Amino acid sequence: MGTLIRHRAFLGSRAVHQGGSLKRLAAAVATISLAGCAPAPPPVSIEVPPGLECASGTIKAAGSTAQANAITDWIVVYQTACPDATIDYQAVGSGAGVEQFVAGQTSFAGTDSAADDEERAAAGERCEGGSAINIPLVGGGIGVVYNLEGVEQLILDPPTVAGIFANEITRWNDPEIVRLNPRGVLPDAAIAQFHRSDASGTTANFTTYLADAASEAWPFEPGKEWIAPGGQGAKGSDQVIASVDVTPNSIGYVDLSYVDVAVNARGALLDTGAGPVAPTPANASAMIAAAEVSGEDGNTELTFDYADPPAGAYPIVLVTYELVCSSGLADSFNPELVASFLRYAASDPGQATLAAGGYAPITGALLQRIRDIITRMSP
Amino acid sequence: MTAVLSGQAVRPGDRVFSGLSLAAGVLVLVVMAAIAVFLVWKAIPSLTTDSANFFTEQQWLPDRDPPVFGIAVLAFGTVLTSLIAMGIAVPIGFGVALFIAFYGNRRVSTALGFTVDLLAAVPSIIFGLWGLYYFMPRIVPFAEWLSTYLGWIPLFRNDLEIYTKSILMAGVVLAIMILPTVSAISREVFLQVPRAQTEAALALGATRWEMIRMSVFPFSRPGMVSAAMLGLGRALGETIAVALLLSAIFEINWAITEPGGNTFAANIALKWGEAADNGRSALIAAGLVLFLITLAVNMIARWIIARHEEYT
Repeated sequence: MGTLIRHRAFLGSRAVHQGGSLKRLAAAVATISLAGCAPAPPPVSIEVPPGLECASGTIKAAGSTAQANAITDWIVVYQTACPDATIDYQAVGSGAGVEQFVAGQTSFAGTDSAADDEERAAAGERCEGGSAINIPLVGGGIGVVYNLEGVEQLILDPPTVAGIFANEITRWNDPEIVRLNPRGVLPDAAIAQFHRSDASGTTANFTTYLADAASEAWPFEPGKEWIAPGGQGAKGSDQVIASVDVTPNSIGYVDLSYVDVAVNARGALLDTGAGPVAPTPANASAMIAAAEVSGEDGNTELTFDYADPPAGAYPIVLVTYELVCSSGLADSFNPELVASFLRYAASDPGQATLAAGGYAPITGALLQRIRDIITRMSP
Repeated sequence: MTAVLSGQAVRPGDRVFSGLSLAAGVLVLVVMAAIAVFLVWKAIPSLTTDSANFFTEQQWLPDRDPPVFGIAVLAFGTVLTSLIAMGIAVPIGFGVALFIAFYGNRRVSTALGFTVDLLAAVPSIIFGLWGLYYFMPRIVPFAEWLSTYLGWIPLFRNDLEIYTKSILMAGVVLAIMILPTVSAISREVFLQVPRAQTEAALALGATRWEMIRMSVFPFSRPGMVSAAMLGLGRALGETIAVALLLSAIFEINWAITEPGGNTFAANIALKWGEAADNGRSALIAAGLVLFLITLAVNMIARWIIARHEEYT
């Protein structure tokens, strides 16, 4: 029972965090039912940001599971501020989300990777006088987590991370790891490596990063499925962090929001040449801010120079997009509410909510560009 | 028997009842046929795109271009975990049932029977989480012992020094999951043995074990086979507990204490969410194979029972 109680945070679909008041409640309830004697949940208050302009009505949206928690957090705040509005986001997966938007079932779609030209052309049929565009709205990062007794700070570089996950580096006292951690005492033990057993955008972004940043050390084609040999699979970031947490001498990769919820597992620092960088939302935001922006007529797609990140930026990031009409969405799909909701999401309080949930806020010129696009969306 | 009785007056109640039972029987066949048609229909598109051999390929990448996927690993993992589960659960399940039926006193038997039935009601996600976070860390020493002392058998070899999330672990948890099915059904079968037979055996001077061997087993054999087959059916199709417990690695590895293994049902659960059109079709094709395997297992079981018709 002790193990179950200690890891109750992982039993839910996600960890507790400030923004997700509902989730905090749910997690607290889960704790009580498991432990029988947990303290009552702290009182929850939802702060309504000043200056939020409300729209009314109902919209449906669907798509990416990776951004589901961010959207849910936004919906909770927005609906509290605007009681006349109802927003329903179904986390059905990116592919199905884009499909439903194209089929005219939803007001916007969430997707892990920018919709390609073909999908945008199909979706554009719904945007009278406009086009279907990608807007990056939810940033995130992927942390490498480890469980090594007595090692407070583990520093890795991209080729070493690739070597460990490619099953080439199999022991903790491998010279490559020792070289990066001269002061730490690394055990003479096998590395228990955990990866995602389910297909996921996290795996796709992580392997894309490894393929770019550690070219020779990662000979596998990036994709949603884990195809490297060795290691152990676990279902979802929640199971990966839970497995690393209970398994001595283990390592894994998880969405950034899961890094801090563990008891024994810690996030490894990544040295890309300019000193070790911690996996924090702020450091991931710095990487997203340095992205190369492409796209016309409001379409905004980001590409990252993984091999040469700016100093101090945490380079393993992922960005998820909303697929929307730049203008001309039919009135029955409530374009006013879509624009109002997205305007809140791209506002400073909206992006600050993300940071509290372990996502990486979008900042600077990119955020300004997104706000301009959303402003033009308003009919 | 019915032939003898035919020609008698038929009352409305008989008609209604025979109609209802016929409808129930037909309904099962219709449902089975509908499942088979659906699976075949949905599986065909991906099977035509597969650039590898569907039966021997070990990878599962149906959404890549060109698609490469096959069921070799899934079939291997499904069969092996189920065999391990059967190897453990069937003897223990029969043992529990025999104890309840013939050895325990009434109060103990009732309590034990009730507990076993309760075990059957535990949802499989609970078995999965319990297996993953409570049971697995505690049976690692057993797996270590196996590979240390029996490592010369390729099955128990472990070069990785990592013993979690293996086919063995999944098999053991599956065994616990199918134990109540096996023991509850065989218990009911043992209790059906005619009193006269068991008492006759005892009266002739048989010990309790001899009585079980000579009068209980012959009478119960078809029921015992059914109990084992229903357990096997659950083991073959078990999804979420196995998805949590196995490493889901696409490689055939006979070393059952090393991390690895994957099954049809677990793979569908893990891959469905993010699969695109071809991926979903491929997963349905895998489901079709599982459907056929289950069908084959049941037909073999029927055949075994039929061969021992003298006992029924």
